Amino acid sequence: MKSIEELKAIREKARGDLNLRQEDIGNNTRVVVGMATCGIAAGARPVLASCVEEVHRRGLTDVTVTQTGCIGVCRLEPIVEVFVPGEEKVTYVNMTPEKAAQVIAEHVVNHKVKTEYTIGANQ
Amino acid sequence: MELVRSHILVCAGTGCSSSGSEKIIAAFEASLKEAGLDKEVKVIKTGCFGLCALGPVVVVYPEGSFYSRVTPKDAEEIVEEHILKGRIVRRLLYQETVQDDNVKSLNETGFYKKQLRIALRNCGVINPEVIDEYIAYDGYQSLAKALTEQTPEEVLAVVKASGLRGRGGAGFPTGTKWEFAMKQPPGQKYVCCNADEGDPGAFMDRSVLEGDPHSIIEAMTIAGYVIGADQGYIYVRAEYPIAVKRLKIAIEQARAYNLLGQNIFGTDFSFDLEIRLGAGAFVCGEETALMTSIEGNRGEPRPRPPFPAVKGLFGKPTILNNVETYANIPWILTQGAEAFAAIGTERAKGTKVFALGGKIKNTGLVEIPMGTTLREVVEEIGGGCPNGKAFKAAQTGGPSGGCIPAAYIDTAIEYETLTALGSMMGSGGLIVMDEDNCMVDIAKFFLEFTVDESCGKCTPCRIGTKRLHQILEKITTGRGTMEDLDLLEELCHHIKGSSLCGLGQTAPNPVLSTLRHFREEYVAHVRDKKCPAHVCKALMQYRITDACKGCTACARVCPTGAISGKVKELHVIDQDKCIKCGACMEKCKFNAIVKE
Repeated sequence: MKSIEELKAIREKARGDLNLRQEDIGNNTRVVVGMATCGIAAGARPVLASCVEEVHRRGLTDVTVTQTGCIGVCRLEPIVEVFVPGEEKVTYVNMTPEKAAQVIAEHVVNHKVKTEYTIGANQ
Repeated sequence: MELVRSHILVCAGTGCSSSGSEKIIAAFEASLKEAGLDKEVKVIKTGCFGLCALGPVVVVYPEGSFYSRVTPKDAEEIVEEHILKGRIVRRLLYQETVQDDNVKSLNETGFYKKQLRIALRNCGVINPEVIDEYIAYDGYQSLAKALTEQTPEEVLAVVKASGLRGRGGAGFPTGTKWEFAMKQPPGQKYVCCNADEGDPGAFMDRSVLEGDPHSIIEAMTIAGYVIGADQGYIYVRAEYPIAVKRLKIAIEQARAYNLLGQNIFGTDFSFDLEIRLGAGAFVCGEETALMTSIEGNRGEPRPRPPFPAVKGLFGKPTILNNVETYANIPWILTQGAEAFAAIGTERAKGTKVFALGGKIKNTGLVEIPMGTTLREVVEEIGGGCPNGKAFKAAQTGGPSGGCIPAAYIDTAIEYETLTALGSMMGSGGLIVMDEDNCMVDIAKFFLEFTVDESCGKCTPCRIGTKRLHQILEKITTGRGTMEDLDLLEELCHHIKGSSLCGLGQTAPNPVLSTLRHFREEYVAHVRDKKCPAHVCKALMQYRITDACKGCTACARVCPTGAISGKVKELHVIDQDKCIKCGACMEKCKFNAIVKE
C-alpha cells in the first residue's frame, strides 16, 4: 500500500460486494422477484439474475433485490414487484430478463412506471 | 453470471464452531452446488454475533433473516426454501424476531436493542479472513489518515480527548499511557497487546480477535506511530486456536498490502507485528509478567515502578493495551473523539463488552454503553434467570472482582461504581447467579483458581491465598468458627496490601465482597451449620417427604444403594451411605425428594 488512494480503491471495490449486507434496508427500494416453483418454471431465475446485474452495473446502493414465494397469479409469472418507499407497489408480469432490465432503468432509476408491463395492462 | 445476489453468513466463532458451524458451512456449500446456486450465493464465515446461547447462528442477506440453532439438515432446508424459493424458514428464525406474523429487524429484539457495538462493530458482519471486507467498512482508513495527514501529537490528542480508558480492567486512561511512552527519548520502543484473556467465563477478547483481527493490527500500528515504535507483539493464549489462526492470516494479508512492514503508505514509518503464544498461566495477563514471558523467561511479575512506559519489554519503553481497548481506536479516529465521548457517562466514555454467562437465558457477548444499569443487562438483554429463579447476584471481574447483590441491580455500570461496591469492571466477565448459588462456595471457587494460578514469587499471594482457601474449606464443611470470619477478613487486607502484583492484590476480592454483601450466609454456615442455598454438601441432606408414592425409581437410580423401602411405601435415605449426588431427586416424578 503506497498511498491513501490505493486504499480507497480497494474500499470502493469491496464496498460494492458488501452492499447486500446492509442492516438498515428499510428505506431502500425493493425489487422482489417471485421465485416459487411456478415462477422458476416460467423463467424467474434469469429475470432475477438480470435485476441483480442491472442494479450492480448501475452501482445502485439503495436498491435491494430479493425474492418471494408464489404471489398467486401463476399464469402471469415471472412476476416482479417494485416497492418504492412511500409509493404504491407496482406489479410487473410476464417478465423477461430484457424487460426486467428496462424496469430497473425506467422505474427504479427514473421513477417512471413501465405501464405496459404492469399487471393492469396485461389482465 | 458471476454476480452474487445473496450472502449467507455463518458464525465461525469458538462458540458456534463448537456446536458444529463448520459442518453447516459444508452443508450450505454442498446444497448450493447441488441446486446450481453456488455462483450466485456466497457462504461467508464471520465472527461472533453475540447470541452464543442460540448458536450456531446463520444470517441470510439481503433479507437479514436471523436463523438460530441451525443444523446441517436445516441448512439444506434454508437453501431449498429460502434461497431457491424465497420463502423464509420461519421455524428456524430467532423467536424474538417473529412477532404477529411480521419479521422484526434483529436490532429491535431485546438482546440487541440496548446494545451499541463499537469494539464489536465488525463481528458477525465481515469475513475476518478477508482483508478487503475490513477495508470496505472503513478499515485502515484511520491508519492512512494518521500516517499521511497527522502528526503523532495530533493522533494522541484525539485518543486523549475521547476519554478512552483501558478495557482490561483497571481503567487507566489510554491516551495518558501512550503519552508517557511517547515522551521517552527516541530509540527502540515496543507496542504490546494483551490477549491473554484468563478470567473464567470471559471471552470478549477472543471474539474480537476471531471476528475482527485487522482492527487490532490497525490500532497497534497507529499506537506504534504515536509512540515511535517499529515492533509490536500480540501475546495471545494458546488455548485460542481459532483466534491465533485468524490473527496469523490477518498479519500475512496486512503484510501483503504493505499495511505492515517497511514504509507504510509511502511514508518513512515502518512497523511489524509478531504473535507470542502464552502457555496457559493466568499471571501472564499481568503486564509485567506478560512482558517477562515475551522475553522468553518464566512468567513472573516484577515490582512497579519503573512502569512499562519507561522500562518495559527488553528494558525499553513499552505500551501494553488490552484487545478491546485497541478495537476502539480505529473507530475513535474515524468517527472523532467527540462521537466517542458522547457515549457513556461523565467518568467512563464509550462502551464495554461483557461476556454474559451463568444463570442467564441469553448467554453470549454484549456491548453496552457505559452507565447502562445492571438490571438492563441482566433482565432486558440477558432475558433474566432461566426457570423463573430469582436473581441473586452478578459476579464481575472474575477472580479479581466481586459479587454485586440483587439489591444493587439498578447500579449504572462503570469503573468507579463497581469498585465502590467491592467488585470491579475487570476485563468483562459477567456471571449471573440465582438463588441456587451459595456465595461462600463461589468465593471458594475463585480462591481455588487463584491458589492454582499464583506464580509463587511473593509470599502473601502464594501462602495467603492458600490459607484463605483452607479457611473457606473449613467453613463450607461445617467446621468454621465465628473467629474464622474475622481472621478471613484480616488476612484479606494483608494480602491486598502486601502482594507484588495485581493477581495477589485483587485475589481476596471475591471473599471480601461476599463477606460484605452476604455475611449472613457465612454466619449460617458457621453458626447454624446450614448452607442456605443447599450447595455445600457437608451442610445439606436429601430427604424423602410424605409425597413419596413408593415407585422405587429413586432406589433403583441411587449409585450407593442408600435408599430403601418397599413398593408403594414411603422410602428413606440412609444419610451415612448417601453421597449427595442428587440422582434420586432428578429421577423422582412426584417431587417427593427435597434438599435441606
